[in-house]
Amino acid sequence: MHNPQLNKDGELTHLLSIEGLPQRILTQILDTAESFMEVSARDVKKVPLLRGKSVFNLFFENSTRTRTTFEIAAKRLSADVINLDINKSSASKGETLLDTIDNLVAMHANLFVVRHASSGAPYLIAEHLQRIGRDDVHVVNAGDGRHAHPTQGLLDMYTIRHYKKDFTQLRVAIVGDILHSRVARSDIHALTTLGVPEVRAIGPETLLPKHLDKLGVHVFHDMNEGLKDVDVIIMLRLQNERMNGALLPSAGEYFRHYGLTPQKLALARPDAIVMHPGPMNRGVEIHSAVADGSQAVILPQVTFGIAVRMAVMSIVAGN
Amino acid sequence: MSPLPHLNTDSLPDAEAQCRQLADLIRPHLHHQPALVGIFSGGAWIAERLKELLDLPEDIGLIDVSFYRDDFAEKGLHPQVKPTVIPFDVEDRHIILVDDVLYTGRTTRAAINELFDYGRPASIELAVLADRAGRELPVAPTYCVWDVALRDGDSLVLAKQDDGQLAWRLENA
Repeated sequence: MHNPQLNKDGELTHLLSIEGLPQRILTQILDTAESFMEVSARDVKKVPLLRGKSVFNLFFENSTRTRTTFEIAAKRLSADVINLDINKSSASKGETLLDTIDNLVAMHANLFVVRHASSGAPYLIAEHLQRIGRDDVHVVNAGDGRHAHPTQGLLDMYTIRHYKKDFTQLRVAIVGDILHSRVARSDIHALTTLGVPEVRAIGPETLLPKHLDKLGVHVFHDMNEGLKDVDVIIMLRLQNERMNGALLPSAGEYFRHYGLTPQKLALARPDAIVMHPGPMNRGVEIHSAVADGSQAVILPQVTFGIAVRMAVMSIVAGN
Repeated sequence: MSPLPHLNTDSLPDAEAQCRQLADLIRPHLHHQPALVGIFSGGAWIAERLKELLDLPEDIGLIDVSFYRDDFAEKGLHPQVKPTVIPFDVEDRHIILVDDVLYTGRTTRAAINELFDYGRPASIELAVLADRAGRELPVAPTYCVWDVALRDGDSLVLAKQDDGQLAWRLENA
């Protein structure tokens, strides 16, 4: 099957989704990110790889952390970074997405970092670039609709590998609103591709997608059962807007059942790590004592995210 | 200068003995307290040998020049990048950069650029086991034990054998 992320030699030329990527590419990204970690610790936090290249951050949906870490990553690769404030741009005047892309390509863009509320928007751009014969222009998905957030998935894998070394002996639990979470989807594909034998999804029935078992995921509705003996806990943000949709009774009740408290954390293995993609809702999905506790690796995740995004951008830009 | 005879697989010198010769060349110049930096992978092994042979107390530095190469646009990023590790302060240090083969000089250029992102060294010297002709940049070794001529398309590769010994291998593209 044609995979629009790979070139004819099977190398990564766009990063659109973790689904469909072979293990060797995920491992190459994680290994490369490890080398970039060292760059961020230097006096001069820059390497010349993307000197003279232009990276356009196209955020059609709000994000502070992801946009900032992409911007830092691109700058550490010596690229020029242009942030487009889409709300103020031509899109709000009616220009189509692909017309916007054509205009930016005419301005000699080399790489687009795209966040869009519609699933598949980055694919549309990648296929358009291929159609117009611009295989020298690359696309990195920074989150599309409910579909995928591959760089978050990869930085989660980097975090797990950093603390646990080996994927093949782990139990990993993903907790919360998996139905609406592109992070969860990317994590599940990455975990199974990297050989994690047991992935668990924990949440109320209304927030879990059907057919999770087809992805090899074990489903739990009771957190006390689901957290038993896990090595890694990935908490997801409860999006406030879900409260309005009658999917949940109240934030307080959600916290009682699915909030990660020190008592619930004690059910996991004693050396379990707690991850969260941010931004956190303290007292909704996670207790402050856990978020600030010794098992939380939430801030290291942010630091790793820069190295992972440097790795992704330098790999795709070179292929 | 008369041209050097071309190299054959059965006439490859002993790389371990060459490391000892290289150490002998460097030994009279240790009064600067130089720091060793090996370029992955062959140069890193040689730098380890030199540290022992010269009885240097300090850990060696290791450089992977993948992020500084000048052929990124043609070849992309090398699939296996190793982290660069410089365990000492580069500022005002005398540094000996160590590589296995000096050829075009491009790797040396990349390594010098990378070192400067750690600080301003007092000096950088270049120590190599082999110098094959074909320079594309004005780079010359400070210490070198072997001038060698290769046929176009051949390359000289330093390998670490199962017993940990370094040995040359001649590869044909």
